[in-house]
Amino acid sequence: MFDNADALLLARIQFAFTVSFHFIFPSFSIGLASYLAVLEGLWLKTGKPLYLDLFKYWLKIFAIAFAMGVVSGIVMSYQFGTNWSVFSDKAGPVIGPLMAYEVLTAFFLEAGFLGVMLFGMKKVGPRLHYTATLMVAIGTFISAFWILSVNSWMQTPTGYEINAAGQFVPGPSWWAIVFNPSFPYRLVHTVIAAYLTTALVVGAVGAWHLLKDRKNLHARKMFSMAMWMAALVAPVQIFVGDMHGLNTLEHQPAKVMAMEGHYDSHPDGAPLILFGIPNSAEKRVDYAIQIPKASSLILKHDPDAPLAGLDTIPADRQPPVGVVFWSFRIMVGLGMLMLGLGLFSLFARVRHRLYDWPLLHRFALVMGPAGFVAVIAGWVTTEVGRQPFTIYGLLRTADSASPLAAPAVGASLVAFVLVYFAVFGFGTWYILKLMGKSPHSGEEDISDAPIRTAGITPAQAVEGGR
Amino acid sequence: MTINFDLATIWAFIIAFAVFAYVVMDGFDLGIGILFPAFGVGEERDTAMNAIAPVWDGNETWLVLGGGGLMAAFPLAYAIVLPALYPPIIAMLLALIFRGVAFEFRWRDPKHRAFWDLAFTGGSFMAAFTQGIALGALLQGIAVSGRAYGGGWLDWLTPFTILTGISTVIAYALLGATWLIWKTEGAPQDHAWRLARIIGPATLAAIVAVSLATPFLDATYFQRWFAMPWVLLSAQVPLLVSLASFLFWRALKLRHERAPFLIALFIFLLCFAGLGISMFPYVVPDQITIWDAAAPERSQVFMLIGAGIMVPIILIYTGFSYWVFRGKVGHDGYH
Ligand code: HDD
Ligand code: HEM
Ligand code: HEM
Repeated sequence: MFDNADALLLARIQFAFTVSFHFIFPSFSIGLASYLAVLEGLWLKTGKPLYLDLFKYWLKIFAIAFAMGVVSGIVMSYQFGTNWSVFSDKAGPVIGPLMAYEVLTAFFLEAGFLGVMLFGMKKVGPRLHYTATLMVAIGTFISAFWILSVNSWMQTPTGYEINAAGQFVPGPSWWAIVFNPSFPYRLVHTVIAAYLTTALVVGAVGAWHLLKDRKNLHARKMFSMAMWMAALVAPVQIFVGDMHGLNTLEHQPAKVMAMEGHYDSHPDGAPLILFGIPNSAEKRVDYAIQIPKASSLILKHDPDAPLAGLDTIPADRQPPVGVVFWSFRIMVGLGMLMLGLGLFSLFARVRHRLYDWPLLHRFALVMGPAGFVAVIAGWVTTEVGRQPFTIYGLLRTADSASPLAAPAVGASLVAFVLVYFAVFGFGTWYILKLMGKSPHSGEEDISDAPIRTAGITPAQAVEGGR
Repeated sequence: MTINFDLATIWAFIIAFAVFAYVVMDGFDLGIGILFPAFGVGEERDTAMNAIAPVWDGNETWLVLGGGGLMAAFPLAYAIVLPALYPPIIAMLLALIFRGVAFEFRWRDPKHRAFWDLAFTGGSFMAAFTQGIALGALLQGIAVSGRAYGGGWLDWLTPFTILTGISTVIAYALLGATWLIWKTEGAPQDHAWRLARIIGPATLAAIVAVSLATPFLDATYFQRWFAMPWVLLSAQVPLLVSLASFLFWRALKLRHERAPFLIALFIFLLCFAGLGISMFPYVVPDQITIWDAAAPERSQVFMLIGAGIMVPIILIYTGFSYWVFRGKVGHDGYH
């Protein structure tokens, strides 16, 4: 009933499914951890209870998102071995240490201070508690650093040697491995993406409550903060994305050809295809709406510069065009809309209408999930665009998979899909329920029950009861 | 045989340390999950949950270090063992999802709290059971062909692995019960006392059963446990286990609050040492040694620097976090 090709396809679907789900949570928790650190810092600095209220409001949401990030992440670290064992054997000596560093420097830091951050405010006092919040926020960033280095090495491998057993092993310098050519761009682009994603969520929640009650001071504050973030960071992200693309053109030209829909080479200036339907059978883009020479202008800064197309790449080294073409446009389109939202908010600010312009609030509301969509679309572009390789140009996806029977992979895929949709569906619903409550003064602690541990000081034990 | 302290040996010990840290720390978390249905709905359950809520994530991170460290230091072993254990590992990951989210979800959704409590128990039970199965499957041997797993996808399923699975569930429950004796007071603590009196002997029975079955799996194990000169070393293990069991029973009788947990830890350590005696220096019994599987020196040295600096720091702040949440938990707990 099944053969090896099915097992491979199922393993690919399983990896794509689990990693996409996983990444939804980090892209929110990286941004939110920093936002919480900012809120708590402002509270400590100004003493205004408003900031503490906002901190507590978002902390409850953070706790849920973080828990989902952790459990889905543990799945990822074992997926390499279960589903991509040949890859693990071959690449383990290079990427394994980087992931071990992630565990040692990031995961323990996050996990070690999370308990204090969530439950410890009354036990350790505000300053130490703030340290814990900062540690968690820094931990999420360090985690991004290492895992993106790993991923980038797979995209643009450098600094390795190949040993007698056919394994990739480190060369003399780890620096060349960690700081591989695409890493700086990917790190900056992905971390900014996480900040933007969070800003859009915070903005949407603020907007929702402003639509219901434009006098709500808490909603005003979060909306304003989020709109600053969007206005300042969206343009930066577009700029960084452009640089990232130029870097990709240098190291993975086939990916850029797929993103641009360039089946043919253009010796004297390539057009920028805005929209169209890639037709891989006929090797052309149907119904293309295009701007002549604009692609050469963007990628080469010269309208007449020649640009090679997929016709220069052997067929067995080409990525699938359709998916990459579309996912790229989704990401870029959403990026432009985010820029639009930021500019709109600046305009409203100048006109003193930031808090009473329902059109702006509705716009911010619908943009709430846009960050998640853009992030996933971005990853799809990156990952599908590097096919058919897992280590670019060196190790094929088809040669990376575990020697597993298709029924085993199929059954586990079904189990993952069912469990993820059920469990993370509930989690998302709880988050939405929390977001639906309007933020107010005297925001409750993380649970309805107060913190109490006997045996510290009698005073606390007494004061704790409610 | 002499133990040659080269890099591969050092890494074998580091990974063994990570796995041991995981087993005892998440062991008591999972044990509390396994015992959860025994506790009364409401105050007792809330207290039991609160005894671990602030630390479970840190405890589970040792599992990531064990897996990630194996991939980094012994990639070949990782690549052979995980596909061999595919179904139990996947089941464990799914189980850990349920029990992990239950910590947050049960507080967010009082209407479905019974459901999340069940998810907490089911997830904890399943995680413990599959970890035991994985241990048993590793002990009983794995088929290797070339640089890959060479068996079928159900090879792991034997009576022996079911035995190790059940034994692990019981042993984790013991850690859970003794942790609650330490961390709680009043009704939940009374309950934990009673549970420990039942689970203590059950754990001993499980240890005896697994110990008797193991040497007959493989000639090497048999030699190490019953032939001279190995027996001089290995015989210490059962002797110490007997002594520890006696002390455990006395501690329960005298109502020492901390000793039962600490003695249970010691028994775990002994079992772990026994495992080491059986396995060393193989990662896959009789097939792959730690030297066969080792990553090149550059990888191991690079990580050793990181581990040498970070593991002490991690232990310090983990200790700090336990210290912050020291003392008894009330039922409104830290939550
Ligand atoms: C750019 C950031 C980023 C990316 C690309 C990934 N992760 Fe992640 N991961 C995080 C950022 C992050 C995080 C923000 O640090 C999380 C989210 C919640 C948490 O606890 O840490 C996390 C959690 C997390 C955990 C649980 C840690 C714990 O126990 O506390 C594991 C094991 C992984 N991840 C593993 C992976 C793997 C194997 C990935 C790739 C395939 C991956 N992550 C992609
Ligand atoms: C070290 C880390 C990673 C490894 C080893 C890895 C490997 C792979 C592999 C083998 C596939 C299947 C490719 C295919 O068949 O198409 C894949 C797909 C994918 N990966 Fe990664 N990846 C890694 C990191 C990431 C990260 C961090 C993300 C971020 C969320 C990600 C997102 C995706 C997506 C969205 C796909 C789907 C593309 C597809 O199915 O073709 N990957 N990856
Ligand atoms: C509007 C302008 C944007 C441009 C020109 C752009 C460009 C790019 C390019 C070229 C890649 C693929 C790089 C490679 O695989 O080598 C990429 C990936 C990605 N993009 Fe964007 N991007 C833009 C906006 C955004 C936005 C708004 C987000 C999210 C909020 C986002 C999130 C991502 C992510 C998560 C990836 C995958 C990780 C990576 O390779 O960096 N991008 N982007």
